[in-house]
Amino acid sequence: MSERITGTIERINGSLIVGKFEQEAKMGDLVEVGNLKLMGEIVRLREEIAYIQCYESTSGLKPGEPVVDIGTPLVAELGPGIMGQIVDGVQRSEMELWELTGPFISRGANISPLNRKKKWNFEPTVKAGDKVVGGDIIGTVQETEMFVHKILVPPDLEGTIKTLTGGVYTVTDTVGVLETDSGEIDLKMMQTWPVRVGRPIKERLTLSQPLITGQRVIDTFFPCAKGGASAVPGGFGTGKTVILQQIAKWSDADIIVYIGCGERGNEMADVVEQFPEIEDPKSGKKLIERTIIVANVSNMAVSAREASIYMGITIGEYFRDQGYDVALMADSTSRWAEALRDISGRLEEIPAEAGFPAYLADRIAEIYERAGRVEILGSEQNYGSLTLLGAVSPPGGDYSEPVTTTTLRFIGTFWALDSQLAYRRHFPAINWLRSFTRYLEVAARWWSEFDPSWERTRALALRVLEEAAEIEETARIIGEKALPDDQRLVLLVAEMLREGFLVQSAFHEIDRFCSPEKQVALLKIFTDFYNSTRPLIEQGVPIDQIRELDVIREIMRLKEREGEEPIKDARSTMNVQISALAKQYEVNSQ
Amino acid sequence: MTLAPVVYKTTTEIKGPILMVQNIRDVSFDEIVYIQRPNGELVQGSVLDVSREMAMIQCFGGTAGLDLNTKLSFSGDVLRIPVSEDLIGRVFSGSFKPLDGMPQIIGKERRDVNGGVINPAAREVPKEFIQTGMSGIDGMNSLVRGQKLPIFSESGLAHNELAAQIARQATIPGSESDFAIVFGAMGIKNEEAAYFRAEFEKTGALNKSVMILNLADDPSIERIVTPRIAQTVAEYLAFDLGMHVLVILTDMTNYAEALRAISIAREEIPTRKGYPGYLYSDLATIYERAGRIRGRPGSVTLMPILSMPAGDITHPIPDLTGYITEGQIILTRELALRGLYPPMNVLPSLSRLMKDGIGEETTREDHQDVSNQLYMAYAEGTRARGLVRIVGTVGLSERERQWLRFADRFEQEFINQGIYENRTIEQTLALAWDILSDLPEDDLIRVREAYIEKYHPDHKSEA
Ligand SMILES: Nc1ncnc2c1ncn2[C@@H]1O[C@H](COP(=O)(O)OP(=O)(O)OP(=O)(O)O)[C@@H](O)[C@H]1O
Ligand SMILES: [Mg+2]
Repeated sequence: MSERITGTIERINGSLIVGKFEQEAKMGDLVEVGNLKLMGEIVRLREEIAYIQCYESTSGLKPGEPVVDIGTPLVAELGPGIMGQIVDGVQRSEMELWELTGPFISRGANISPLNRKKKWNFEPTVKAGDKVVGGDIIGTVQETEMFVHKILVPPDLEGTIKTLTGGVYTVTDTVGVLETDSGEIDLKMMQTWPVRVGRPIKERLTLSQPLITGQRVIDTFFPCAKGGASAVPGGFGTGKTVILQQIAKWSDADIIVYIGCGERGNEMADVVEQFPEIEDPKSGKKLIERTIIVANVSNMAVSAREASIYMGITIGEYFRDQGYDVALMADSTSRWAEALRDISGRLEEIPAEAGFPAYLADRIAEIYERAGRVEILGSEQNYGSLTLLGAVSPPGGDYSEPVTTTTLRFIGTFWALDSQLAYRRHFPAINWLRSFTRYLEVAARWWSEFDPSWERTRALALRVLEEAAEIEETARIIGEKALPDDQRLVLLVAEMLREGFLVQSAFHEIDRFCSPEKQVALLKIFTDFYNSTRPLIEQGVPIDQIRELDVIREIMRLKEREGEEPIKDARSTMNVQISALAKQYEVNSQ
Repeated sequence: MTLAPVVYKTTTEIKGPILMVQNIRDVSFDEIVYIQRPNGELVQGSVLDVSREMAMIQCFGGTAGLDLNTKLSFSGDVLRIPVSEDLIGRVFSGSFKPLDGMPQIIGKERRDVNGGVINPAAREVPKEFIQTGMSGIDGMNSLVRGQKLPIFSESGLAHNELAAQIARQATIPGSESDFAIVFGAMGIKNEEAAYFRAEFEKTGALNKSVMILNLADDPSIERIVTPRIAQTVAEYLAFDLGMHVLVILTDMTNYAEALRAISIAREEIPTRKGYPGYLYSDLATIYERAGRIRGRPGSVTLMPILSMPAGDITHPIPDLTGYITEGQIILTRELALRGLYPPMNVLPSLSRLMKDGIGEETTREDHQDVSNQLYMAYAEGTRARGLVRIVGTVGLSERERQWLRFADRFEQEFINQGIYENRTIEQTLALAWDILSDLPEDDLIRVREAYIEKYHPDHKSEA
């Protein structure tokens, strides 16, 4: 077993503790700090001197108090009981903390991440004599009504099942015995994994499916892929949290890991209150049954904030290894980076840009590298994916700062939020000129099944929006009135697209989620409107006549109407009105 | 306050607000230190960094006049204040010395001014709409109990008037409850503090308030503890006594400057404009103490005021504040120059908790849509106003002119109001509809059709 090494505190500088150990301690090991036994982690070692980042407030600690290296790094406990949990950055259940210490978190509370008393019904799926390798499923637990927890052979084990018995167990009970080359090993439902190390896989695969979120500007214009990585940067109040929460609520991932990393307590309370109420659109069951929340809010110790991202990712990987599609939201990665900077500063490391350590880029890369669609471990061929979505909070809303620019290098989708859009309450405030996706091909393959012309329709809509932006530049100088009618038509259609397609309220009972079928039909009516009015303009029908068409109002309201039926009706009305106008001016409609 | 038995005279360096003391024993991190000034007066400091031999101390009372023979002693504890019901109606200095001639509070309990962290799982989501009587706030940036909503302002603008008006008028429609005001001043002028005092007095709120005052001529480093004391008092009143507390902290910019002074003296690596990298986390330890707790009756609603240096909203202090608080109310010089009160620029203003506090059950079903529509129309109006500067009114399309007229009316009639004018939410919404009805109905795209049918003045008169 791991050996405990003891020592004493030499110095306390905020969250950084300098300890002197009797023998050499180990880098990355967890440490009990002081008489209160606060939790910390060794982040630098120089002979018997260890630098420890403490996960809790160090107020009141004294030099001379004990430190104990407990011989293991920070691990995640993985097994039944994890689903629906709300934990802090080092996986302590906040519900249990509340019961134990009241509404204010007190220090040094020692609680095990997974409940040790609760019993689960374990149903074996293999039997004595079966050969198994790491990642194989040995049994299942119906953890919530909708979620089947698959109990896996830990990644590093391999052998023959000697015994395995179904029944009701706690996570630490022995459910069976595995015979390995190096002896017999008890099989339990719980396994642990060090959070800073990615869980092993067989192979990384190319991405094949978009993550459908029900948010039009994302799915249609800047889709993310299952196993991909997205960043959503934006100044304060531009809508990062709402976007991530929308995806947590409505996306077609199987499992959600939501990390509140250095953000607001009230936002986490909101999630805790809402998720047990809202139904998952896929299964009809409550969202909380497929969600894990890591809540390390802004006034908790910064070092635990730094750890919280790794904790969340490790939990996400564990579900990926069960063959699920997992989506993980981290709000905000900038707060994580600042925690890194804080610790680095206290270690007196030489800073690079904006005070961040030179290894910032490596750390960001390491995080996003853990996203992916993979062939998971096990004797059979199975797949799982982990999608990472990170909010970025650039100081002053300036995207040229290190965390934003570095993140850009490692992600596939960039949803650039724009405070000008937010000011006019155009939400989601995703700027369609500055955002991009590298997953268009993946998405196009999927969307073409709904509509073979999807790529063309999307491209046209995007072109209208882009052209409108250029025309607006001119309009700013000469006034819209002075523009030629064909340009004013582009402005009109762009405005229709903005209000009728891009704007999507997260709080509208129908519009908060838009099915792929509806997205396709809706987008098309805008491009068709454009395609059938342009010839009229070219033949001299004045733009004001087109603006007057009643159907415009109806088209812009279609998003608020249930289903696709109203879109069909609007389409016929549109055709009738445009033909009538053509007739009136004696020009050809298509 | 007296020196403890063990007195040190081992200061080796004084640098700005910081003292380095050697040959110390048994000193803890964050411990309070008493430092004797040459005139015998004791001032407080606290331990920022401690090793076996050496402690770094920040001196709240300022280091001017101190020398290396200065006497100091360690208190054996972190900074605590006594709490009891007797706090209500009292006035204290920025480090909690009574300023009203009455004796120090004798509390059953002494609370750590750094407070604890409210467990996110134990938080109650703030939902109770507070009517402030100001249309720009109630109609478009509603405040709820337990929210933290700062005012971003500039020197010379009417932020004090606005904060005082909110404190005076704030009510929960249809309920009477036990309220209190905690007022924390950091480096504001004497006359500003006097203004608040007079305003509270007018409405009888003074004997429901606790004032913690560090004024412009008080030691600047003391400002580090002032907001923490204020929040400790507020937490006690709210979560122990069950009161609904409104905390006004002004001016947070002076607080942040004190923090910067310490950081510079410590030679920490600055990030933007010399502010330390931990400014965000540090501000969070003050702001995040607002809120509600499940199963407890009271609430802490926080309204920090801060001046944006040079009116720059991207300056680190407003920027990081905005990233922590649940929205912001922004005052601008441009609107003030046009004679508007409050000079509130609603476009960049925001209340994130509005959606939970309004609607059918609390205000009215159309409230959110009306607000969204006002935002959109006003944004169009200001855009049109920008165009006028270049192409003149003649260059505008009829539609743009409509937006422009809307923006003018909106500013003059909706945002603009009297310092003693108190509008109910019904009045605010009626006014909004009246102004919106100048626009063609088809342009009211952000309002659900059913609400247009029900609340649009044209339809109402039909019915
Ligand atoms: N899709 C949306 N529909 C309706 N309202 C929205 C939407 N997105 C954002 N908002 C509005 O904008 C506000 C701010 O959004 P949000 O809290 O997500 O910002 P943020 O970018 O996370 O800010 P911060 O960086 O300060 O956390 C919300 O409270 C809500 O009022
Ligand atoms: Mg946010």
